[in-house]
Amino acid sequence: MNRFGYTRAGDVAEAVHAAAGDDAAQFIAGGTNLVDLMKERIAAPSRLIDITRLPLRAVKSLPDGGLEIGALVSNSDVAYHPEVASRYPLLSQAILAGASPQLRNMASTGGNLLQRTRCYYFYDAALPCNKRAPGSGCPARDGVNRIHAILGASEHCIAVHPSDMCVALAALAATVHVTGPAGARAIEFAEFHRLPGDAPERDTTLQPGELVTAVALPREGFAAHSTYLKVRDRHSYAFALVSVAVGLRMVDGTIAEARLALGGVAHKPWRDPTAEALLRGQRPDDALFAAVGEHLVRDARGCGHNDFKIALVRRAVVRALQQAVAGGPRA
Amino acid sequence: MTTHVGERVSRVDGRAKVTGKARYAAEHAAPDLVHGFVIGSAVARGTITRIDASQALALPGVLQVFTHENAPRLARGDKRWRDELAPPGSPFRPLQDAEIRWSGQPIALVVADSLELARHAASLVRVEVAPAPHETDLEAHRERAYKPPPHERPSVTPPSRGSADKAFARAPVRVQAEYRVPVEHHNPMEPFATTVVVDEDGTLTVYDKTQGVQNVQSYLTTIFGAEAGEIRVLAPFVGGAFGSGLRPQYQVVLAVLAARQLQRSVRVALTRQQMFTIGHRPTTWQRLSLAATRDGALAAAIHEAVAETSRFEDYSETVVDWTGLMYRCDNVRFAHEVVALDLFTPMDMRAPGAMWGVYALECAMDELAVALAVDPLELRLINYAEHDGNEKRPYSSKELRACYHQAAERFGWSQRDPEPRSMRDGDLLVGWGMATGAWESTQRKASARAVLTADGRLAVASATEDIGTGTYTAMTQIAADALGLPLERVTFKLGDSALASAPVEGGSFTVASVGSAVDAVCRELRSKLLKLAQQLEGSPLARLRPEDVEFIGGLLRARADPSRALTFAEVLHRAGIDHLADEVTTRPSKAHEKYSRYTHSAAFAEVKVDPELGTIRVTRVVTAIAGGRVINPKTAESQVIGSVVWGIGAALQEHSVIDHALGRFITHNLADYHVPVHADVPDIEVILVEERDEIVNALGAKGLGEIGVVAVAPAIANAVWHATGKRIRELPITLDKLL
Ligand SMILES: Cc1cc2nc3c(=O)[nH]c(=O)nc-3n(C[C@H](O)[C@H](O)[C@H](O)COP(=O)(O)OP(=O)(O)OC[C@H]3O[C@@H](n4cnc5c(N)ncnc54)[C@H](O)[C@@H]3O)c2cc1C
Ligand code: SF4
Repeated sequence: MNRFGYTRAGDVAEAVHAAAGDDAAQFIAGGTNLVDLMKERIAAPSRLIDITRLPLRAVKSLPDGGLEIGALVSNSDVAYHPEVASRYPLLSQAILAGASPQLRNMASTGGNLLQRTRCYYFYDAALPCNKRAPGSGCPARDGVNRIHAILGASEHCIAVHPSDMCVALAALAATVHVTGPAGARAIEFAEFHRLPGDAPERDTTLQPGELVTAVALPREGFAAHSTYLKVRDRHSYAFALVSVAVGLRMVDGTIAEARLALGGVAHKPWRDPTAEALLRGQRPDDALFAAVGEHLVRDARGCGHNDFKIALVRRAVVRALQQAVAGGPRA
Repeated sequence: MTTHVGERVSRVDGRAKVTGKARYAAEHAAPDLVHGFVIGSAVARGTITRIDASQALALPGVLQVFTHENAPRLARGDKRWRDELAPPGSPFRPLQDAEIRWSGQPIALVVADSLELARHAASLVRVEVAPAPHETDLEAHRERAYKPPPHERPSVTPPSRGSADKAFARAPVRVQAEYRVPVEHHNPMEPFATTVVVDEDGTLTVYDKTQGVQNVQSYLTTIFGAEAGEIRVLAPFVGGAFGSGLRPQYQVVLAVLAARQLQRSVRVALTRQQMFTIGHRPTTWQRLSLAATRDGALAAAIHEAVAETSRFEDYSETVVDWTGLMYRCDNVRFAHEVVALDLFTPMDMRAPGAMWGVYALECAMDELAVALAVDPLELRLINYAEHDGNEKRPYSSKELRACYHQAAERFGWSQRDPEPRSMRDGDLLVGWGMATGAWESTQRKASARAVLTADGRLAVASATEDIGTGTYTAMTQIAADALGLPLERVTFKLGDSALASAPVEGGSFTVASVGSAVDAVCRELRSKLLKLAQQLEGSPLARLRPEDVEFIGGLLRARADPSRALTFAEVLHRAGIDHLADEVTTRPSKAHEKYSRYTHSAAFAEVKVDPELGTIRVTRVVTAIAGGRVINPKTAESQVIGSVVWGIGAALQEHSVIDHALGRFITHNLADYHVPVHADVPDIEVILVEERDEIVNALGAKGLGEIGVVAVAPAIANAVWHATGKRIRELPITLDKLL
């Protein structure tokens, strides 16, 4: 393995300080993604800054009624946290639909946001890939692209963001809190991940040296009417081909508020406010749901193997909306 | 009398395995061990023009970078490189020339003090290649297909019979369909690895992951021009292999090469990604043409197949034969061809040939049943083969009818509504499908040695393997019963090239072959012991006929009078010897030539399909197996349950995807190459049907390692059709194909 330095940080300031000025340093939390990437020579950090001792392991209620999840809270602890399970079941479901119990025990909230794509070509250092080696080309476009993006892709990259948790966070309109050399700031979830454009090597809008400290959830958790639907190639331990996170607030049989995000279709969790607007103020109805599905894929483009995702999104959206209206996933 | 054969004996090596005492190839320690990391080619075809290892060699702790430029020239000539299972052709020789033949081919070995350093140094080696155009797409090159030269006897396609094409054209009911199956990789849990220990006298002890220690030993001895005593190969535990360990893999050559050059103990282990650069189950195209009379009797069957092989070896397997064997039909035509591609040579993988051939046949039979409007099981019974139509001879035994009846009844098949999309569970579509399986039962020449010591313990040994199949346990049971000993007094040793000869552990023939030898050598000891006992002065057993003496609990005892007894230990002690030993070699009996010997199975599967999302869940599998005498129902059931899980994987998930532009497998890790996880595996019910067979071997055991897998994928594919009305003729059946 590549030689790298190692620093164990005791608090946020120390971690940020250690990262400052060294663009090739990387934070390490659970290591479930980064260590693999290092073994495959996809990541070659000059220094690992171990953040696992940082005091970011709390789940706290916020004065505005929201909930704050520390960046180091494990995926399992988030999913099974009583406040999350009761108030934000969408988030619990999404997390539990991902990876395996062992991985979820290790994986951190911050690391989950920053996990990298599962594009086959990205993972094989012998091959070209614009995301891994900018300018080397994108073999997926004309190659095998069954798992790739149908929305928001560019000619430079058609990779998808693999996280389940993030799809729920997008639907819940979370906020990401970060601290960097220039101080602390909050990033709206929709702004956190980016589309590939001509810089697919950048997955997020995080600035060099910035550390994720927490994710904050707003008060509304859509607990009564939410669902996470994950469509995948096997029944566990597989990334989503397409996933749908839905949260609805129902008042007297009418959709008062709607949130919908898609996973497995784009370089970021895909949330389209115009699709949500179609639902607002309406009574639930399959024709309406089909129209929402249609609307979501209006600009979708397949690359061959992934064409099926367009039809799959239409159907999965209808199913997810039906489930959310009914109060949650079917047994 | 207590017997162990036929009992649910737990694995005798189970404790060692779960406590970590069982060591696998990469777990053996040696003083001053160094580590090799393999560099694989990034392109599928070309010539290496330059390798610059200077940066790697400059790192302290890097000992050497072996390439074709500095590696010693090993044996010349194809013949020397041919291992026991090599197909016709010119076997690959690692680091012997500059040519690249497939993507991932090993082109250098970096040896360093630690694995991490070797792996890092490997990333610093610069390789320049003049690439050449490659071809990896079977479909695109089917016109290049040719008939492969014969390999082992079973891979010679049997002659066609009758006039199949005419009969097909004339028949009132016909189906013709093409079926496609992908490349699969074995992916045993334990990756290929070798630890070579250089002993003080210069001899090499090679711990290798293999299904044949003697195959590897003779291969290494030949290619390195070594003396037979110079290299000993050990594989006491193997973490699964499924056929991938039948031939020596390249890492064993590289490890031995490095150890000999450096005179240091060396370990080379492949990464999971590199497990996709070795042999695999070949992608295969098939066309089935079946015709029947209106009452369902097969009038014609044509089975055509085109499979891949490499450019340098003609691998072929028995794909089409099954169509002439499994059903009664007078007009049968076979065609089996291969296309040479720029991929590594395919390898036997659990039920090679049958896996794909029977899949296509059994799906076509299902299609024919639909065309005839007859129940799929009924169609099989109408065409039941009472004898082997290919070889024109009877079966040594065939309890397939019992398999059908028992499994169908347990499954509840009679409740099936034949109409597709007719059965539902809430919103889910329910489908029921069935299929037949067959696999050959063979016995090979094998030897075993047994030693009975004065403490009344029996040690038996043979150079076979236990690849997770339960060989240790089965052999211990057989040996214990032959001498009437409790299991604790018997040990069985395997996985050492210095032991009595045995064939590779494969083809489901280990119990039949090695088990026969173990049984025979223990019976030999039994007679010797009796003779000794009767010669003792004042022997209580004097003048008794052998059948009047029983061997029980370490005693020889007169059946008529239990007070007339001697312990084994007493006999040896009083005879003044400290042990009794013998070695016996057994071979298939002459009767083999007069009979066809097969195991059979029937599988019934239930699937539930989401009609909108296309997701498929296998909810129930019942399978019945007729495999002769069952030595150990517990390990036998484990084999069959594992086989069913394999079948689910083959039907719905497994697929080594090739990017043809790059000529490379790209789903080369276990996140992208899916096999079933627990959530995909339903209740599996295994019925071991009683079957007596006095022809196959003295034990009457036919072998159960592969038969369980054969019928499962077609049963599931047929169930998916029944659920959805869609015939997906390409495996794996993923949800996108159902949308
Ligand atoms: C086999 C497998 C299957 C999986 N399946 C799924 C699945 O189905 N669904 C799913 O959603 N996920 C899945 N995962 C991914 C898993 O969720 C992620 O690997 C995990 O969430 C990463 O968290 P970590 O703490 O281990 O991150 P690490 O590996 O430690 O770090 C990942 C990245 O995040 C950065 N980082 C970590 N913490 C911070 C921080 N606080 N601030 C800034 N940067 C930070 C690191 O520098 C690194 O770049 C799977 C992973 C594996 C290995
Ligand atoms: S899709 Fe993106 S990640 Fe995949 S090969 Fe293309 S550039 Fe690389």
